Amino acid sequence: MKYLCLIYDDEKKMDAMTKGDAEAFMGEYFAFTESIRKSGHYVAGEALQPVQTATTLRTRNGRLSTTDGPFAETKEQLGGFYLVEARDLNEAIQVAQRIPSVKTGSVEVRPVMNYEQG
Amino acid sequence: MVAAGDEGARAAIEAVYRVESRRVLATLVRLLGDLELAEEALHEGFAAALARWPAEGVPASPRAWLVSAGRFRALDALRSRARLDARSGELARRIEARAAEASGGAVEPDELPDDRLRLVFTCCHPALTPDAQVALTLREVCGLATEEIARAFLAAPPAIAQRIVRAKAKIRDARIPYEVPSRAELPERLAAVLGVVYLVFNEGYSASSGDDVTRPDLTGEAIRLGRLLAQLLPEPEVLGVLALMLLHESRRAARTGPGGELVLLEAQDRSRWDRALVGEGAALVERALRSRRFGPYTLQAAIAAVHAEAASAAETDWAQIVGLYDVLLRVEPSPVVELNRAVAVAMRDGPERGLALVDALLARGELRGYHLAHAARADLLRRLGRAAEAREAYARALALARQGPERRFLERRLRELA
Repeated sequence: MKYLCLIYDDEKKMDAMTKGDAEAFMGEYFAFTESIRKSGHYVAGEALQPVQTATTLRTRNGRLSTTDGPFAETKEQLGGFYLVEARDLNEAIQVAQRIPSVKTGSVEVRPVMNYEQG
Repeated sequence: MVAAGDEGARAAIEAVYRVESRRVLATLVRLLGDLELAEEALHEGFAAALARWPAEGVPASPRAWLVSAGRFRALDALRSRARLDARSGELARRIEARAAEASGGAVEPDELPDDRLRLVFTCCHPALTPDAQVALTLREVCGLATEEIARAFLAAPPAIAQRIVRAKAKIRDARIPYEVPSRAELPERLAAVLGVVYLVFNEGYSASSGDDVTRPDLTGEAIRLGRLLAQLLPEPEVLGVLALMLLHESRRAARTGPGGELVLLEAQDRSRWDRALVGEGAALVERALRSRRFGPYTLQAAIAAVHAEAASAAETDWAQIVGLYDVLLRVEPSPVVELNRAVAVAMRDGPERGLALVDALLARGELRGYHLAHAARADLLRRLGRAAEAREAYARALALARQGPERRFLERRLRELA
């Protein structure tokens, strides 16, 4: 079963990191990605550019509205994701709890819909 | 097989249902991997028993018979449904594969005492909301009907039913497994389970609203659950939570007067405390403390044990109680624990010292909406002879209290001070 791990972090806190701290944090991410590739849990994963690069689209009454960023002013922003393969939620939690941002922000674990099995 | 008439078989089936239905369900959940399917299978198993036991007699191992019959009929139903939808066929194949994996499909529930433990951990999974954990545990592990759960929590049955349906859907869709967590995960997961058990107990012991002080049905269920856990997983904190519940429960008869009014600890008739429960609770506390891996439940139980062993409020070892609260505060800081400690300090050093601590606590703000903080403050003021201030504090507590007997107690105090 596939689980999407959505990674939320406070971008302001991330920006305020010293160069050394930021490099160490990235190092943790590389090591984590490497370990879940080896264990066979890794399906996909990407880091996202900061939220000010985002564009939000809505069509209402046939008219497209294009705005910058997500509307809600939240403390933590979606900063990246992993798609992992796991036997069940407990295994997915075991994998996701090692994502470095669990210590700084939060990670949401969502089962991916499987339309074949309903 | 024991030959039995219609009546005998029916009585036997009812008895087996009362004693074994939860164990049968837990084993079926493991074999079928699906809570809903297991409930159907449980139903089918007992329907088969009703059809066959009157003629064939009660089998030697009713539980094993019920598991086999239920599983067989559930698989049968899935296979016939498989012609209509693919998911049923897939499910049936998965279940068969699982059975083949586990020792050639043999069903011997006696070898698997931990099926109910798996079910407890599933129902108390932290991915479910605490409300859902409580409702699901009472429904699936304790076997309470939805209506009984609703009555116990003064909620509408449809609301409870919906809570349970949503929780089951999450278990299925997010694939929450039926397993006892590994050693590494155990502390966090066990804390969630014990949280549910103690929440059920507390709702029964000190109902948050309504006319009765206690709801013995809920305390009984919580203690039954605690005993089951202590038997299957005797971790120190499991013993601690069971001890805490038994020690509280030992005082139940003395907690209310003849008119249903609340009687505080210091005024209780200690000859009405249940000595057997006190003994059992105190022994569990000692076992848990000896492990040196105890936590907040064991410490609270140790405090309850000191109370239980004192001949009167005055003869209580208040210094030891204050000491235990100090340790508890280090393990689990909380303003409510601080309040209880302040009351114990008042008993040890006099009401003035206690009042200073309660005032400081209230000034911090977290407990301003907590009726017992104002009631404790009122009681200390009353003992100091500061009647006007005491009245004011009792009135504030009364404005916040929701439980009938607690309200009547506060009203009585107010009248006495008038």
